[in-house]
Amino acid sequence: MTESVSASPALLEVQDLRASVADQEILCGVSLTVRAGEIHAVMGRNGSGKSTLSKLIAGHPSYTVTSGSIRFNGVDVEEMSPEERSRAGLFLGFQYPVEIPGVSNLEFLRVSTNARRQAQGLEELDTFSFEDHLQQRLELVQMDPSFLERSLNEGFSGGEKKRNEILQMALLEPVVAILDETDSGLDIDALRIVAEGVNHLAGPSNATLLITHYQRLLDAITPQFVHVMAHGRILRTGGPELAHELERRGYDWVDEAAGISSRQSAEVGA
Amino acid sequence: MTATTPSNAVDAPVASTSVGDLVSQPYRYGFVTDIETDKIAKGLSEDVVRLISAKKNEPQFLLDFRLRAFRQWQRMEEPDWAAVGYPPIDYQDIVYYAAPKQQEKKASLDEVDPKLLETFDKLGIPLSEQKRLSNVAVDAVFDSVSIATTYKEKLAEHGVIFCSFSEAVEEHPELIERYLGSVVPIADNYFAALNSAVFSDGSFVFIPKGVTCPMDLSTYFRINSGDTGQFERTLIVAEEGASVSYLEGCTAPMFDTNQLHAAVVELVALDDASIKYSTVQNWYAGDENGKGGIYNFVTKRGLCKGPRSHISWTQVETGSSITWKYPSCVLAGADSVGEFYSVALTNNCQQADTGTKMVHVGERTRSTIVSKGISAGRSSNSYRGLVQLGPKAKGARNYSQCDSMLIGDQAAANTYPYIRSQQPQSAVEHEASTCRISEDQLFYLQSRGIAFEEAVSMMVSGFCRDVFNQLPLEFAAEADKLLALKLEGSVG
Repeated sequence: MTESVSASPALLEVQDLRASVADQEILCGVSLTVRAGEIHAVMGRNGSGKSTLSKLIAGHPSYTVTSGSIRFNGVDVEEMSPEERSRAGLFLGFQYPVEIPGVSNLEFLRVSTNARRQAQGLEELDTFSFEDHLQQRLELVQMDPSFLERSLNEGFSGGEKKRNEILQMALLEPVVAILDETDSGLDIDALRIVAEGVNHLAGPSNATLLITHYQRLLDAITPQFVHVMAHGRILRTGGPELAHELERRGYDWVDEAAGISSRQSAEVGA
Repeated sequence: MTATTPSNAVDAPVASTSVGDLVSQPYRYGFVTDIETDKIAKGLSEDVVRLISAKKNEPQFLLDFRLRAFRQWQRMEEPDWAAVGYPPIDYQDIVYYAAPKQQEKKASLDEVDPKLLETFDKLGIPLSEQKRLSNVAVDAVFDSVSIATTYKEKLAEHGVIFCSFSEAVEEHPELIERYLGSVVPIADNYFAALNSAVFSDGSFVFIPKGVTCPMDLSTYFRINSGDTGQFERTLIVAEEGASVSYLEGCTAPMFDTNQLHAAVVELVALDDASIKYSTVQNWYAGDENGKGGIYNFVTKRGLCKGPRSHISWTQVETGSSITWKYPSCVLAGADSVGEFYSVALTNNCQQADTGTKMVHVGERTRSTIVSKGISAGRSSNSYRGLVQLGPKAKGARNYSQCDSMLIGDQAAANTYPYIRSQQPQSAVEHEASTCRISEDQLFYLQSRGIAFEEAVSMMVSGFCRDVFNQLPLEFAAEADKLLALKLEGSVG
């Protein structure tokens, strides 16, 4: 990569990360550095460990880090609760945003935005100024304001849930945004809206980590780096051309290139 | 919850608080007021019943009422059908009458023992003239004896009677004689019979024909003694076209023994009258191992006597070691309406068996039941409800919705809906759901910067919203805070 890019500050540094859930190792030493202004894509089959990586970074309590470290903005996040990570500017766009009945979407967005603003030393927004603040961001994701009156994600279609995630990202203005399979279950129009949102929000002082197993999101958002994960490891890192090669040759090709036959690897993963 | 057990949630580096800690917040009202009381000896007999009646200078009809109830009670068995368990109660080991020592009821608050005023101040119920709650008249009941009633004169201007039960017996015996036991007869159930025999005091409300009560009325019950049973009696009568909103609050000190609270509430609504009765019950619930706390065995019933009358019960039950309570409506008048909105929260070792009975007698009577049960810790929370449609209840309708929320993996929730219909031209709908606050929901909210406790409390108040919306405004905010407080440390 070019000198100027690598000189920008590292926002997210994952070092030799190992993790397990229910005593089973699912990350077996992952290292990854994401710098300001960069867009990275992590690709891999289902079960390769890429969603686990995103949940670990966000601090999901079911996953235990066994060794290695995650540094965000130069600070080790191990002792930070998920809410502290969010307020500091880490964002995880969920693959399956959970439905929360009874909690109003609008109220949730306001409380969440204010939690982040408070951490940034910004003034909290009252109900009225928040609605103004929200308006332009709603347009970005082309969301109908009627969604605000509903319970959080309850009864939303797949595409509506994902747009609501991007709306949250636009409100929280994260330093590092991780989007976990944001493209899955989206039709062409929704995919375009989501991609435009992500491109619009990407800037020189923040970074984006896209987690996907399809090329099609990467046609709309061009990453500088593509990492291929399998069996809890990053097997290959390259530029955008790696994604095209994957699309053409399939994931077995990466396994073979890394010297793991798919049968062996299945045993490793089991 | 997902595969996480409480222990690995604690081990996880990011789990800042466990659900277990969240519920075990210290009880804020657990203090005891040191005041001299006039107590009779422990035990229950016909002589004790006579003694209570004599101490209160009661007319003959009331003594007869008590004695009939006592004789009835002796022939009855303590009910065991509720889904609650407790060691047998020794009814001879209870004091049936205790009153703070002071002469008569005072004409002015200046004469009330300052310790009592201070107690109510501490509970957030200021009684003194300058600090009174605006637009809420309060009857303060301390160990079953009414201490003071505010705004009496102002209410009297509208013809509204709001006073202690004892005072009503003295000043309006004809109303008491006419309505006492007319909704909950002495033989209704074991605890109602006991109450009818030994009740000490309570509140009386009378709204005359055509009057809309100009302010909310409220009774605040405070238990102070450790070995005294609490037996209040509340009677509310709304005449033709009258309406009233009545609030009830309760607290008690923390003792490691259990206290029996067996109250009876009767509501009577005549033609076109409307009574809204709201309770926020925060009796002491016992410690985290279930030691101590109040046994809340209460009978509450409203009679929609006249056509188009309306009775609405809203309850937020958060305290008590055991709750056994079914605020009910008898819909006798044609087109009358009964409502029951309930939030019952149990934590630690609390047990609640609560619900309602809607008895449809008249034509086109309607009832709505919305029950929200939240169980945390090792508690057990049951909804028990009866919808009965009599042979004459043509065109009657009921809608019931019973939702349970489980917090943690050791709590229990049960729903026992009973429907009995003798009227084919009627409609009954019942919906029920059970949900759990999942780790993924909490994680979702946390990953948006919302602290763990706030996330739990957002979800719980979202779950209870339909009921909170029914509460008077200041009570709704209170209830929301109370629930958050009760749940602190309970999720993990």
